[in-house]
Amino acid sequence: MEQIVEILVALFLVIGGVFGLVGSFGLLVLRNTMQRLHAPTKATTLGVGGVLIASMLYFWLVKGSFSFHELLITLFLFLTAPVSANFIAKTYLQARVKEADLPETGRDFGWAVYDDPPPGPEDV
Amino acid sequence: MIRRIFPHPYLSLTLALVWLALVNKVTPGNVFLGLVFGVALPFLTQPYWPNRPKVGRPLRMIEYALVVLWDIVLANVEVALVILFKRNDAIQSHWIAVPLDLRSPEAITVLAGTITMTPGTVTSVLAADGRALLVHCLDTGDPDGIRQQIKERYEYRLKEIFE
Repeated sequence: MEQIVEILVALFLVIGGVFGLVGSFGLLVLRNTMQRLHAPTKATTLGVGGVLIASMLYFWLVKGSFSFHELLITLFLFLTAPVSANFIAKTYLQARVKEADLPETGRDFGWAVYDDPPPGPEDV
Repeated sequence: MIRRIFPHPYLSLTLALVWLALVNKVTPGNVFLGLVFGVALPFLTQPYWPNRPKVGRPLRMIEYALVVLWDIVLANVEVALVILFKRNDAIQSHWIAVPLDLRSPEAITVLAGTITMTPGTVTSVLAADGRALLVHCLDTGDPDGIRQQIKERYEYRLKEIFE
């Protein structure tokens, strides 16, 4: 029984490690900033996730104490990763991309980086 | 009156649960402290978030969370495969404009976050009037299909939950 648990924990650690490694490798090989942004927002999530699952299993099945700390790390990661990715993308658009290279919004207003929002009730 | 004291009931519950997870031990004292935070923080921050987001069908949120979790696992594998096995000049990246039917800012935020976490897409910027999203796609031969998928898989569900 103990051996099965250890194999399971090790398996999740290895899965986590592999995805973390691939995510970092992606930062090296991809060509431009927008492509590189994909590697850390996704591949790394599963990397961290694998380690966290391994940690929960270890404390639950080996140490016998239930630990749910790890869920918080996942929660904070899901909250922060998209926000920081969005900030980097916006900065990149502002600095390096011309509006003409992007698809149309299909609305009367352009993308928020280049265009001002419509006047709100407080501006009138 | 109850609205004044509990401006954001779901936020209160979340804060209490997060507190319990932070201390990592469920004891009556910790539950009490968590509840104190759950009541005090939304009350004190109320002026900065005046409107309570409408949550029509809270149970649908659990379904949504599971769908997204599963997609995140798929997304990881997909992006890992692209990074490892695709030649750099064979990667076809696209910008996609996704028109939004959602109106509530909370729902759009959740959708933008979901898009960033799932298959090969990163939310880049919002249209100035808040009615379209610019999405960057890592590798696809079918940009229209991706737009379709975002609208049908995520936006449709969020519309049910928030509106």
